[in-house]
Parts: sequence; structure tokens; C-alpha cells
Amino acid sequence: MELSVRSTELHDCRDAFTETLMAIASENPDVIAVCNDSVGSSKLGAFRERWPERLVNVGIAEQNLVGVGAGLANGGKLPFVCAAACFLTGRALEQIKADVAYSDANVKLCGISSGVAYGELGPTHHSAEDFAWIRAIPNIAVVAPADRIETSAATEWSASFEGPVFLRISRVGVPDLFSEGHTFELGKADMLRDGSDLTIIANGTLTHRAISAAELLARRGVSARVLNLATVRPIDEDRIIAAALDTGAIVTCEEHTIFGGLGSAVAEVVVDHAPVPMKRLGIPGSFAPTGSASFLLDEFGMSPAGIAQSAMELLARKA
Amino acid sequence: MNVTELRKIANRIRRRDLRAVFEAGAGHIGGEMSVIDILTALYFHVLNVDPAAPLAPNRDRLVLSKGHTACALYVTLAERGFIPQEEISTFLKPRSRLNGHPNCTKVPGVETNTGPLGHGLPVGVGMAVAAGLSRASWRTFVITGDGELQEGSNWEAIMAAAQFKLDSLTLVVDHNRLQQGARVADTNNLAPLAVKLESFGWAVEEIDGHDMEQICKALSPGVATTGKPKCVIAHTNKGHGISFMSDDVAWHHKVPSREQYERAMVELEVARAEIEEAA
Repeated sequence: MELSVRSTELHDCRDAFTETLMAIASENPDVIAVCNDSVGSSKLGAFRERWPERLVNVGIAEQNLVGVGAGLANGGKLPFVCAAACFLTGRALEQIKADVAYSDANVKLCGISSGVAYGELGPTHHSAEDFAWIRAIPNIAVVAPADRIETSAATEWSASFEGPVFLRISRVGVPDLFSEGHTFELGKADMLRDGSDLTIIANGTLTHRAISAAELLARRGVSARVLNLATVRPIDEDRIIAAALDTGAIVTCEEHTIFGGLGSAVAEVVVDHAPVPMKRLGIPGSFAPTGSASFLLDEFGMSPAGIAQSAMELLARKA
Repeated sequence: MNVTELRKIANRIRRRDLRAVFEAGAGHIGGEMSVIDILTALYFHVLNVDPAAPLAPNRDRLVLSKGHTACALYVTLAERGFIPQEEISTFLKPRSRLNGHPNCTKVPGVETNTGPLGHGLPVGVGMAVAAGLSRASWRTFVITGDGELQEGSNWEAIMAAAQFKLDSLTLVVDHNRLQQGARVADTNNLAPLAVKLESFGWAVEEIDGHDMEQICKALSPGVATTGKPKCVIAHTNKGHGISFMSDDVAWHHKVPSREQYERAMVELEVARAEIEEAA
């Protein structure tokens, strides 16, 4: 299968998230949206209008937000706890650990506007650490969809999955990649494009950039495989090991610090099972300068040309 | 169940808890002795719970937010039939499900995992919201310590509970005036606690947290103020029932020596005889 960017039109994945959430909620009266004054930023306006009682807004209080989510789950509800990813994870990390993951509460944590989506608002509002933080906690799935179709599929999946989930949803517009009807499978990486010289692994807003980078590389005679690693935990070891063995080099791209995120997770698998040269692209361990999300991703070497450049440098290191 | 029976049970739980902490060589005996009368009243008089169906959807919920007094909860759950009595001897032993803090995925009757302070009340708020959304009549009880109320998360939950008019929620504050290192008043004073909670929109009742009659009355259904969550401030003593531990900050998590253990057990045996004599 060779998947390319289907159109240049960009879509805000939050719309797909809330549309799907409402579809699920209309079937299942136990679905509750929980938010921290984030009705607008989580795009829950239509949900509130339709089911005012089922929109639990705790105000600006994230510790209570997550605790209330756990309590709702205990009381037989299916809570989708929605908040800006930076506050949801940073402010309420201990609640995520103790009340949700350790207690095995059936809570869906929806980190909205993740990564550097808030751009110019700066590092206080960037959620560049959430993969690392959540991934370090046992018993919670970490999922970052790449387009509106995968967002919808992952949201639908999360409602049927019994257990804690962290769903990372960006507001940065992304083109359609998957076809309608795509189903999400936990822990399964999608090979979007096959290749033999190296593999680019990405998720979220970086996947379409990875595909464009592979297209640039193809023009230079380099065959790049592209894996969409929507599930950071549990990780698809088989597809990563196969990529290492088949292509011999891996570039990772993420809207996250390079410490502890997707790149680290891939490196852990590679180093244990099939060591090959790697390059981890992401936020390089510094607070981001002022700039839009798009500017920042380019700035950190993750424009399609930037990713292709890193790939060429990595190829030079390949034995 | 009548008050004398409840006192007998509380005395039995105190003795088993003391032995468990002594044998395990660890525990939080001071806070356990202060909360045992409250736990006894809840499990044997107030809560609609069934050890044979610990996850029955319409059960009442109890969250022991002061999770470090897990041993008292385990002994109470064993006494009520949720776990075998003989299992108490595994407390803190390798691979025992009776951890230093309660785990709901392993111990039937435990509703949520607590240990880090300030977690129980937000979860309790979510439970009470769930009951309201389901138009269900089950009630939610949360027990916190007093020092624990220094955690800001509680006040987020206190505001939300009033906003949501959660009259099926009852917070019991085990107000023993001591936290781990010192008196609450000398650390980060909560006083005037009742006034604070009332100003946050709660109905507040103050009771003697070791008077079984007062506890049962304050926690029984039908006394809630419509539209307001309820807080019962239970005035207790850390180490209650054991003279040399009572109201002494040193006994937060100190383990009695054999001599102290025997002295404490004698005191509790005397108390038992007194309860039985009065009956």
C-alpha cells in the first residue's frame, strides 16, 4: 500500500473528535463529557446544547477534573475527560496515575491541542512532555491519531475499550491520509508506504510531513518506508523490529520532546531487538521560541525537507 | 445494629488492627485508632453494601481518602465479610493484596486507590454526580484526615460539590488535630473549619467522632439538607483507646514495642469488658 496525502485541504481533528463523541453519546446514555471550562477549546458546545446534563464542567480545576472522571467511571458512566493536553497531563498527573491508571478506572483522557498546537502562546501551553509522562505510568494506552479519519476511528475504539486511555488530539490542521471506514487497532502501527533504504516513524501532526518527506526522498532515489505509530503504548514491537531489519535505519518525528516520547519508545525496541542507526526528531530539549505550531515544527527540522535532510544524513551513517 | 454491638465491633477492630501493625512492624496506628469508630458505624450501620456483591451497581460508596490507614479498612472489611479474617495476617507481606495503601483492583470493597492525600474527595464528587445522572439513590461517603485538607485538590472538589448541589455526598473529616509531624494548628491551620465549609455552601455538623450514637445519627439517611453536600466534622483523637498513644504526634506511624503492644492490648481488653458489662 502506498499512501499519499490525499488533498491539500487541512482539517482540525477536534471536529472529528466531537462529532464522533456525539455519535457515541447518542447511542450510549452513559457517555459523559467532563471538562475544565474548556467547552470552547474542546469543541463541546454542540454536546452541551444537546445534553446539558451530561456535560460536567468542573471549572478551572484539573485535579478535580480527573478525580471526577474516575468517580463517574466508578458510578457506571463512560467519561471522556477533555482538557488542553498541557494542563490535563501536567496539572493532574498524580490523579492520572492513582485515580485512573492504578485504579483501572474506565476513563478516556482527551488531551486537546497537544504538542506545540498553541504555538505563540508559548511553552507554558505546549504539551511537549505528555507521551513521556503518561507512557511511564502502567495501565494506560497512549494514542495520537494522524488525521480526522483516524481521530474518529480512535475515538470510537476508545469507547468500546474497557480501561484507561490517553487520546492526544491536535488543533493544528492536517490533510486526510486514511480512507473513510478506516478502523483503529490498539498497538498496531500502519505501514503507510513501503521502502527499503530507511524507515520514518511518526504520528499525530507529523505523519503527513513524514509522507511528504518520503516523496521528496523518492525523487532523490531513496526508498523510505513510513510507519504511522498512533499507539505509543502498547507499542507495535513487531513492525518496528521489521522496519529495523528490513531497512537498517530509522528516523522518528514527533510533536514532543525527543526525551521519552515516540522516538525514545522506538529506540527502546530497536536497542533491545535490532540495533540500527537512528535519528530522533522532535523538540530538542529546550523551551520553544515564539512562533506558530507550523513554524516551530519547521524550526525543529520537521518540515518535509528537514526530515528528508535528516534521512540523508542518517543514510550516510548506515553501515 | 444497636450502639453496644457497634462498640463491641469497633473494639474488636482496634485489637485486630493493633496486632496487625505490631506483627507487620509497620502501619499508621494513630490515624487508624482515630478512624475506626467511623468505619465501624459506616460498615455495620450506615452503608448499603453486600460482601457477596461488592460491585453491585446501587451499592453505597465509601472512599477512605486517608489511605495510609488502610489496615483499619482491611480489618473492617474482613469483619464485615469482604475478605477472609485470616488474610489480615498477610498485611504488608510480600505479594499480599493488603498493601500499605488500599487497591480497588485487588481488594473487594475498596472503591478507588488512595494514598496520595487529596484524591478521595474529587473521586467522591464524580461518584455523586454519577448517582445524580442515573437518578439513583445510593450515597457516597468520603473520609479524609484533617491535615489532608491542606491539599488544594480538596477545595476544588468542595467548590464543585456545592456547585453541583450534591446532597447525596457526605464528607467525614477525621479531625484528630494531628498530622504526621506536628499539630495541624501549628502547621497550616484549618480553623475555623466548619465556618469555611459552610461558607463554601456545605451543610456542616460537628460530632464526637468516638461517640457511636452521634456518628450513627449524623451519617444516617434522611438528615441531609436538600441541595447541599454534607460535611461531618468528627472530633477524634489520634491513637484513641490506647492511653499512651492518644493525642500524641509520635504515634503517627510508630510501631509499638512488645511491652507497649501488651500494655495497649490490656487497655483494649479492659474497654471490651466495660462495653460488655454496660450492655
